[in-house]
Amino acid sequence: MTTSETLAPSSELTKSLLRFITCGSVDDGKSTLIGRLLYDAKMIFDDQLSTLERDSRKHGTVGDEIDLALLVDGLEAEREQGITIDVAYRFFTTDRRSFIVADTPGHEQYTRNMATGASTADAAIILVDARKGILTQTKRHTYICSLLGIQNIVLAINKMDLVDFAGERFFKIVSEYIGFAQSLGFGNIRPVPISARFGDNVANKSQRMSWYDGPSILAHLEKIPIADREGTGPFRFPVQWVNRPNLDFRGLAGTVASGRIEVGEEVQVVSSSKRSRVSRIVTFDGDLTVAEAGQAVTLMLEKDVDVTRGDLLCRPDATPDIADQFQGHLLWMGDDPMLQGRSYFLRLGTATVPVRVTTLKTKIDINTLEARPGRTLALNEIGVCTFAAAHPLPIESYADHRRTGSFILIDRATNATVGAGMVQYALRRATNIQRQLHTIDKGARARLSGQKPVILWFTGLSGSGKSTIADMVESGLHRRGVQTMLLDGDNMRHGLNSDLGFTTADRVENIRRVGEVAKLFVDAGLVLLCCFISPFAQDRASIRELVGVDEFIEIFVDVPIEECRKRDPKGLYKKADAGEITNFTGIDSAYEPPIDPEIRVDGMRETAKAASDRIISWLMSRGGGVDDGGI
Amino acid sequence: MREVVAEFRNPVFLYSMGKDSTTMLHIARKAFYPARPPFPFLHIATTWDFQDMIVYRDLLVQALGIELRVHTNQEGLARGINPFASGSSMHAQVMSTEGLKQALDKWKFDAAFGGGRRDEEKSRAKERIFSFRTPQHTWDPRNQRPELWNLYNTRVSRGESIRVFPLSNWTEVDIWSYIRAEEIPVVPLYFSKPRPVVDRNGAIILVDDERMPVEPTEVQTKLVRFRTLGCYPLTGGMESSSRDVDDIVAEMLSSRKSERQGRLIDHDEAASMERKKREGYF
Repeated sequence: MTTSETLAPSSELTKSLLRFITCGSVDDGKSTLIGRLLYDAKMIFDDQLSTLERDSRKHGTVGDEIDLALLVDGLEAEREQGITIDVAYRFFTTDRRSFIVADTPGHEQYTRNMATGASTADAAIILVDARKGILTQTKRHTYICSLLGIQNIVLAINKMDLVDFAGERFFKIVSEYIGFAQSLGFGNIRPVPISARFGDNVANKSQRMSWYDGPSILAHLEKIPIADREGTGPFRFPVQWVNRPNLDFRGLAGTVASGRIEVGEEVQVVSSSKRSRVSRIVTFDGDLTVAEAGQAVTLMLEKDVDVTRGDLLCRPDATPDIADQFQGHLLWMGDDPMLQGRSYFLRLGTATVPVRVTTLKTKIDINTLEARPGRTLALNEIGVCTFAAAHPLPIESYADHRRTGSFILIDRATNATVGAGMVQYALRRATNIQRQLHTIDKGARARLSGQKPVILWFTGLSGSGKSTIADMVESGLHRRGVQTMLLDGDNMRHGLNSDLGFTTADRVENIRRVGEVAKLFVDAGLVLLCCFISPFAQDRASIRELVGVDEFIEIFVDVPIEECRKRDPKGLYKKADAGEITNFTGIDSAYEPPIDPEIRVDGMRETAKAASDRIISWLMSRGGGVDDGGI
Repeated sequence: MREVVAEFRNPVFLYSMGKDSTTMLHIARKAFYPARPPFPFLHIATTWDFQDMIVYRDLLVQALGIELRVHTNQEGLARGINPFASGSSMHAQVMSTEGLKQALDKWKFDAAFGGGRRDEEKSRAKERIFSFRTPQHTWDPRNQRPELWNLYNTRVSRGESIRVFPLSNWTEVDIWSYIRAEEIPVVPLYFSKPRPVVDRNGAIILVDDERMPVEPTEVQTKLVRFRTLGCYPLTGGMESSSRDVDDIVAEMLSSRKSERQGRLIDHDEAASMERKKREGYF
């Protein structure tokens, strides 16, 4: 509906429009706040007020007063339950500005609805009950706002009337909130103490909180700058529809997503790299010489190049990345969980193409913001995923291109919208490397070296003896003329991974990089020994998927933590117990033991020498190391 | 609107002659210019429309050269459904809701544009721009598709359809300001003039034809205009002196009454609109 978007609202055409969302937990008073804003902005009509008085007696929760929340709780079911279920949009206008409010639900199960409201918002009001302070939900809502790129936060601390309008309480909550939110990249956070029920600091400044010298919520909303991110960006024009009323006219209809274009300027079709010049910019009200972000226009090109719905036009000197693989955040909205490898429809710009989620790299716990490994995303969960589309697409980061960097996923069977995504970046290996067919491949290299490449993956707790055993295995293989390489924490963490620490997210990334490096060594035809605690089963499984079926040998060096702590060859357990090291596996970070490893070493009963001999003979018996079919 | 034309096989524009659908029609002309809107226009005639609306409709169709299809629920007519004897909700249910479903089924439309706005009524505030309907044309407010950014999921299975509300984010004042700015002609009933009216339960009802049962003494002539238009016996007018669009915009900015206040069917119960929509009313 580009046309209406461009035009709405037209009430007083010079007034700016601010879209904002309200979020908060159940009973924080969101609906009351919006009702109060509408009421104080004189947007409630007499007949609505009399309906409201009638309803207040029936469903109201504030005794004989008018329950302003009932103005906004639209659907019957939620009026009865006293909660807001869906996203509702309200409109009001002041002398300075027009507003569209998306009232979004507080419950955890409605994260998707909140994200819906946030996707088009310029600002968010985050409500906090002054009695309860910052809750888990407050953090979750704040994170979703930051993920969806909202710049302006209004922290409305409500129900100040119930804490005697105490400034002390207000400032305590504010400092706790800032501590949490400052790393999330907001442009502006404005705390306001309010009482939505009585109207303090909502539209009018309260007389009961003289210690607060800032603006009321409405006064602040009237002044929030509306970022014109689209206007200043590079020219992007997703082609929505090809307009061909007769043989003489072929126009490309769409809305300028960002930037501007003038008649006579050169444009490029992103999918084909074909170029042409804009000959006319056609509108119902006459031709234009320039079209800017937000305008719905029909472009005619000088020479006909092949363009269809779903294509993107840009300027030849500012083209987006083209890739069929990319990485992004994914918020799952489907009732059935997201499945890696399943095909969905991707809607990006005006294009719709089949896509697969190739890897769920990390799941984000939206309550603590911690990254965790995971295999799947359930309803309302958020993760970082890599995607493979059926054909190359323009890929731009959501942070810089809200219009062209956002996408949805559609279930191919039910047609339900099951995911909302924000692009991070294109994965370049996608188009440039994988399609290049090299003459010399893994098999050719292996034939020359006469050995079968394989990864020996040693996993186990710190101090279990992984390195000792691996060292003996490598020596043994070396004596037999096998070309080997060994990767461990020392040579990886000090070099390639020196930017990573020991949080869950960093551990996941550490192992992912190790896996990619290991894959290269396998491609080179070597026998590779990897010694990593690698605590998460999912990460080990994802490395197994990187290489051939029989090229990943998982070796579990199984030693109980009590024994490892007793051995403590590097003194790490002592430091961890003393609190000098955090996120230490087995102490304050989990270890997920392999369920079905190829080889299990019982570190309590078996010596390192015995174990290494067993591993070497296991390998030899399976033709590993030395390739019998070789030279 | 272009989105719908690009993605659906057989879209239709529900045209009621009211200010909202007239505004939407104007936008459709803009969106597809220089082509004509590439879909037919559908009017669900209840036979109780204001006469002026029909006159206006036929003039407009001729002037713009658009394809108009008219459907009336003949079965409802045969059953003798009318606003006086059957009551307002029965009349709306049979003649409007059922009539609309019949027409959509008859011509197998898979997408229908409507002029609904979120500011009209509480349950409309939660309507999607692309609103999904089951093969039975019903709406499930609990199972709506999320709409993020400007990315609309337009995929439907066989028999299912989508109702599209391009004006969702417009308010009544927006509509009038736009009509003023674009000089869009509207039905003269929106402007005040002396009209023969009667009082029905506090609503000012126009005596539009001889079917209206009235006592000769009760008909008064008042300076009246209509804020919304539906079936004349169910649409209350308001006393006003607004004779043109400028007057209306000024009146609107100072009004203390909501727009649907003149609609008798909405007041049956507070949740009546939501119930009607679940049943398939637009």
